Amino acid sequence: MEMNGDNILEVRDLQISFSTYAGEVQAVRGVSFDLRRGETLAIVGESGSGKSVTAKSIMRLNPTANTIVRGGEILFGQEDLLKLGEKQMQNIRGPKIAMVFQDPMTSLDPTMKVGRQIIESLKKHLGMSGREASKRAEELLTLVGIPNAEERVKHYPHQFSGGMRQRVVIAIALACEPQILIADEPTTALDVTIQAQILDLLRELQEKIGTSVILITHDLGVVASVADRIAVMYAGKIVETGTVRETFYDPQMPYTWGLLASIPLPNADRSRDLIPIPGSPPDMSDPPKGCPFTARCPYAMRVCSTEFPEYTTFSAEHKAACWLHHPMAPNVEPPVRIGDAR
Amino acid sequence: MMEQSPNGNGRAILEVKDLKKHFKVGRRASLKAVDGISLEIKEGETLGLVGESGCGKTTVGRVLVRLYEPSGGEVLFGGEDVHRARGNDAKILNRKMQMIFQDPQASLNPRMVVSDIVAEGIDIHGLAGSKKERLDRVHELLETVGLSKEHANRFPHEFSGGQRQRIGVARALAVEPEFIVADEPVSALDVSIQAQVINLMRQLQRDRDLTYLFISHDLSVVKYISDRVGVMYLGQLVELADSDELYANPLHPYTRALLSAVPVPDPDYESERERTVIAGDLPSPVNPPSGCRFRTRCPQAVEAAAHVDPPWREAKPGHWIQACPCFA
Repeated sequence: MEMNGDNILEVRDLQISFSTYAGEVQAVRGVSFDLRRGETLAIVGESGSGKSVTAKSIMRLNPTANTIVRGGEILFGQEDLLKLGEKQMQNIRGPKIAMVFQDPMTSLDPTMKVGRQIIESLKKHLGMSGREASKRAEELLTLVGIPNAEERVKHYPHQFSGGMRQRVVIAIALACEPQILIADEPTTALDVTIQAQILDLLRELQEKIGTSVILITHDLGVVASVADRIAVMYAGKIVETGTVRETFYDPQMPYTWGLLASIPLPNADRSRDLIPIPGSPPDMSDPPKGCPFTARCPYAMRVCSTEFPEYTTFSAEHKAACWLHHPMAPNVEPPVRIGDAR
Repeated sequence: MMEQSPNGNGRAILEVKDLKKHFKVGRRASLKAVDGISLEIKEGETLGLVGESGCGKTTVGRVLVRLYEPSGGEVLFGGEDVHRARGNDAKILNRKMQMIFQDPQASLNPRMVVSDIVAEGIDIHGLAGSKKERLDRVHELLETVGLSKEHANRFPHEFSGGQRQRIGVARALAVEPEFIVADEPVSALDVSIQAQVINLMRQLQRDRDLTYLFISHDLSVVKYISDRVGVMYLGQLVELADSDELYANPLHPYTRALLSAVPVPDPDYESERERTVIAGDLPSPVNPPSGCRFRTRCPQAVEAAAHVDPPWREAKPGHWIQACPCFA
């Protein structure tokens, strides 16, 4: 299990299930991807596609009581994160891999001043003294663009606005300069003007610290503006992956086509209807055989419902799983091309 | 070149005059959620209302459909002051003006089956003569919104988010309204489902000559669905124009900043475009800045903006702005 030197993280054939009253829910069904040093990889998909579960598996934050790891490995440095004990994971979470969640209020302790919440991890992971740590905490708040940091460290989370709270969470995540930052819908709860501020901040910090970022989002606009590569997930599988340009301008799989066609673009012709994806995602306690998108796919063929297609490779980065790329399949054009009307 | 908006015949169905809604907070202070808004909604059009959270857009929608009493100003529906109406007049207004809510989970009673949810308005307004007629209406409505008869006896939790929103639409349609306030109707839905609901709303508008007030923070969706768009900031309208005009030629610095903050799913465009990122957060609506309310975050703020309440005026035909001294 040697890793490629360009990669900081490799996920191989990850399979995660949850046991529920309704039976086993297969949230992640064989996901593989690499994260390069210093890049931003976006994982996109609808709710229930398994994108957050994948991210939480890297941090080992899925509930222990009902999570079943069905297989796969997550390689980080010399180690498989899935094999580590809780004690060892605690030395990874925070100093090496950090995570930012959608709702900053749930990741901050409402009863603790924000300064202390930052200082805590500095002391624990970097062994700083109290004085060093509180100085660093102020620096970090300044770094993430919180004015008047020396006063603000003494405030509680409720005294901050939503955008400012997310900055605090980012400050905590970056406190130990982690190698990987996982941002799970970091701007979804924020207004666009604040979103723009936070995305700018993430970009700037990434340049400064060199962190690799996994960005989980359903917002393709956000992906286009910050990510280098993208992985599109559907029903627990990656159905297409490539550089952002390849995937947006030359998508190779009907689900990706559908996603791109169903959002109103700024230059959209308003006399025409949007092209929605019909139906809804499958029930993951009984995932369909074959390609999970078959039931909603306008181009589905008989083979689609029986067997999941192999990945077809289009470039060094770009591949997609779709039977339409089989030599015997008909030639189909995507309904909308991004950038055409520009 | 501007095209005439496809919907709307130019006659105002709803007139809002200097509308204010202040909420009491604490003993003395009041939160000025809506602070002097005037606009017209034309018959058959979709008016979009955008702005950041806390700008008062939802409150406007709720005052219009009589969920709140205004603190000042008036709302005329077909010439009739909606907040003065009593008794039967009020009931008729309630039928003509309906609302679709953001969260279909929270806005459907979990203990009622779909047919009762949809027929509640039919019962209240006595629109069905018999049980059979009532049921027929429900079935017809469910099919109109893309559900089927079989769904009538199920409970809301048995549906997906998109289907629940369709139930919300069916309930609003049940009383044959003329005007619908849709408050973030697709914000809680996945993108692939959003498009289904947007198409449904457009289809219904064409078939039934509905007038919409479409409230959303998603500027791309608002642009697509609206004929005209109003931009709100801290309880006031700062700009109002035809949808294409507003997005092509925004005049107010806030509209410009807001539009430039929206990321577009087009990587090349994103890498080339220049952003006006506005600093800071929304000031408190309890104690809004004097003069132009945007001046504390405005990239081109001028001294004079603090002392003058910017007048609401028509910059070019159909394009209204709050004319702040910083650009006027």
